Amino acid sequence: MGILFKTADTVISSINEFLDAIDQGTLVFKQGVNNYLNKENKEFSATIETILKLESHADNIGKQIENDLYIHSLLPQFRGDVMVLLEKLDDIIDTAKENILQFDVEGPNIPIELNSDFSKLTDAAVLSVESLIPAVRAYFNDVSAVKDKLHRVYYYEKESDKLADNIKRRLFKELDGLKLSEKIHLRYFALHIEHLSDAAQEVADLLSIMAIKRSL
Amino acid sequence: MIFFFLSSGLFLGWSLGANDAANVFGSAVGTKMVSFKKAAIIAGIFVIIGAVVQGAGGAHTLGSLGKIDALAGSFTVALSAAITVFYMTKFKLPVSTTQAIVGGIIGWNFYTGNPTNINSLTKILTTWVAGPILGAIFAVILYQLFKFILKRRKPHLLKLDAFLRFALLVVGAFGSYSLGANNIANVMGIFVSAAPTTDLDFVLFTLSGIQQLFLIGGIAIAIGIFTYSKRIMKRVGNSIVQLSSEAALVVVLSHSIVLFIFSSQALSDFVASIGLPAIPLVPVSSSQVIVGSIIGIGLLKGGRGIKFGVLGQISIGWVTTPILAGLLAFFALFFINNVFKLKVTQDSELINPFTKSHSEIDSNNSYKIEQDTSVLTNAFNIDSQFISETENVTESTINDSLQLGLNLQIIDSTEISSLESTNKISETNSSFWKKATFILLALIILLIIWYLFSGSRFDENKNREIVKKREEFQKAEQELIESELKNVNLKKQHLQNELKFKNRELVNFALHVIQKDSVFQRLKDKIDKIKNETDSDNRKQLIKDISTFVNQNLNTDKDKETFNIHVEEESREFYTRLNQLHSGITPNERRLCALVRLNFSSKEIASILNISPKSVEMNRYRLRKKLNVPSSQNLNDYISKI
Repeated sequence: MGILFKTADTVISSINEFLDAIDQGTLVFKQGVNNYLNKENKEFSATIETILKLESHADNIGKQIENDLYIHSLLPQFRGDVMVLLEKLDDIIDTAKENILQFDVEGPNIPIELNSDFSKLTDAAVLSVESLIPAVRAYFNDVSAVKDKLHRVYYYEKESDKLADNIKRRLFKELDGLKLSEKIHLRYFALHIEHLSDAAQEVADLLSIMAIKRSL
Repeated sequence: MIFFFLSSGLFLGWSLGANDAANVFGSAVGTKMVSFKKAAIIAGIFVIIGAVVQGAGGAHTLGSLGKIDALAGSFTVALSAAITVFYMTKFKLPVSTTQAIVGGIIGWNFYTGNPTNINSLTKILTTWVAGPILGAIFAVILYQLFKFILKRRKPHLLKLDAFLRFALLVVGAFGSYSLGANNIANVMGIFVSAAPTTDLDFVLFTLSGIQQLFLIGGIAIAIGIFTYSKRIMKRVGNSIVQLSSEAALVVVLSHSIVLFIFSSQALSDFVASIGLPAIPLVPVSSSQVIVGSIIGIGLLKGGRGIKFGVLGQISIGWVTTPILAGLLAFFALFFINNVFKLKVTQDSELINPFTKSHSEIDSNNSYKIEQDTSVLTNAFNIDSQFISETENVTESTINDSLQLGLNLQIIDSTEISSLESTNKISETNSSFWKKATFILLALIILLIIWYLFSGSRFDENKNREIVKKREEFQKAEQELIESELKNVNLKKQHLQNELKFKNRELVNFALHVIQKDSVFQRLKDKIDKIKNETDSDNRKQLIKDISTFVNQNLNTDKDKETFNIHVEEESREFYTRLNQLHSGITPNERRLCALVRLNFSSKEIASILNISPKSVEMNRYRLRKKLNVPSSQNLNDYISKI
């Protein structure tokens, strides 16, 4: 009896830690993009290091949780779903890390006119992830509240879609001074940031089905 | 001998364990919240405890339904019930041991001519209806309560999981205890007359004779759980409606409560003490209660997930079980009684229902009841409540029977003769109806057996055919794949060979082009030399040289070489066979054979080998001799057959 509850407590704290890592990872991502836009190279390099650490930490905890779920045969009915959920959440921080590394490696030439657009896009994408985390926590604690929390994820995902579209439109229709190669390059960066909110939406879709399954 | 007779009861216990333990732990094991091993250990232990501590109540009710007073009778009834349960289990129908044993006892009553206690039967049948309904009601209430608590407390999914695991084990233990307490009567209730008379002292506690009997029955149930219940557990867990772990817990809890209610003497006493009617202590069908509970939850969720087909199948089992067990017991008793000449009742006079009249049977019954009740009273002397109840019944029955005996003595001889004539008429009537009933029962049993076996055999045949067809299809598919694979491999090999050959051809062609280039270059040099030569004699000589040079190159034309390579390539296998047949053949002769095999004429061969057609003919003649080909046979035919 004691062992059962002790194991449950350990896994609960691991899940919370994992979710915290994802949340922090996206916040660091936001900070990193802003640093890049403001040409704050030192701070940008620091955020890369932080996000790499957070990503690796999330990976380790994720694996630990999966092991615990299997070894102790926890949640036999929902184990599969929870594993997929954890993997998809891990994809979010992976996407954030990749984006930041792409900024670092490719060093896109973002004109000053697009700074605020990119900043807004990053904010919306990060907000979609930030709204997702409470929904994930609610799945474990209060399944009836999941649906109420998920609508914010969908809202911010749509917002980031719009903002990304706006950037692409501006790139190809307004900013004539840029080379085509630069435009295409920047378009990809808008897409990369947008992927973060897409990943959040994917998790939200999965979560809404999981919530229905739990309430049956 | 006693142990031999007990064996059928133990077999029934084994069947009960195999079948009814699934009702307690099926949902938990089906939802994978509890492993089968853990479930089996807990169920086994608590079933035994329940049977020993609290098993007497239900046994009393069964005893009052039909007091089987001979060991052979008990053996046959238990065996009939066990066979019924075993086969119903085999046909994957959740079956109730209670129904089987009740059917068996009624079959014994029919055979021995003992009256069936209608009050007890009604009590039992009522609980058969009340059990599932109560199960459903408890399930709905408990489920709502559970949901309410969950909504208030909002536990973490993992904590809930841990709690459910623990709760399923605790509730499962309680359910097993209740199952043992309630259903041990089905297994050992009819053997109480054979219980040991001496108590067993274990220092901390003492086991009475009946408790020792129930302990043996409990162990048989536990063995049934360990050896055969796994498959049924998985079926019960998921067959009627998909259950969540919470629902599984509620289902087991409501089932356990219902079983406990119908087996707890203390609870019954408590209810009676507050002025309510006492709860009847009756063996309840565990399967029916669990199905009722599951339906309760299913209906609460809107009834969408309930598989009514499976439910219908289960209902058929409910109807057929008691009938089948009763008929089986009836015929088995006839067999045991007449073939093995074993006493299936103490009062053998009652048997042979086709010749005895009602009046005789009734008068004998009164005597028998007196005897049997005393046996039962002795058997249940552990329970003061039962003693007081049975003593009252016994006293009244004895009085009635004595009264009847006295009355019979008073009747004078004239009355006896008139009674005899009336009896004769009623005897013929009764004999006719009994024969008709017998034929009807025989028909029903045949129909049921035909239905069960033909259905299963039909299904089996159908399944076998499907499996056979599937196997044939798979085999054909595999063969097709294999032949395709073979073809592909052959094609691949062929293509590889072709590629190899083409590559060689290409290389040769390239070499040939290079050679031609050098020839042309040299020719150009020679022509340039002639151009620059002023002396006519020298010029003539140079032109002659050019002519010789061209001829030489024509003779060593690489085209022919390429062709030769091709022929060599084509005839590789042919050369091997030819060498095996004629080991002393030279390379030139071998080449000639290859060209003959390719159906080239002598003229063509001459051109290819750059010799005259006459030489070719000569070579062919020599070859014929070397190969020992008779003049009557064509050389071309001989070579092409190699």
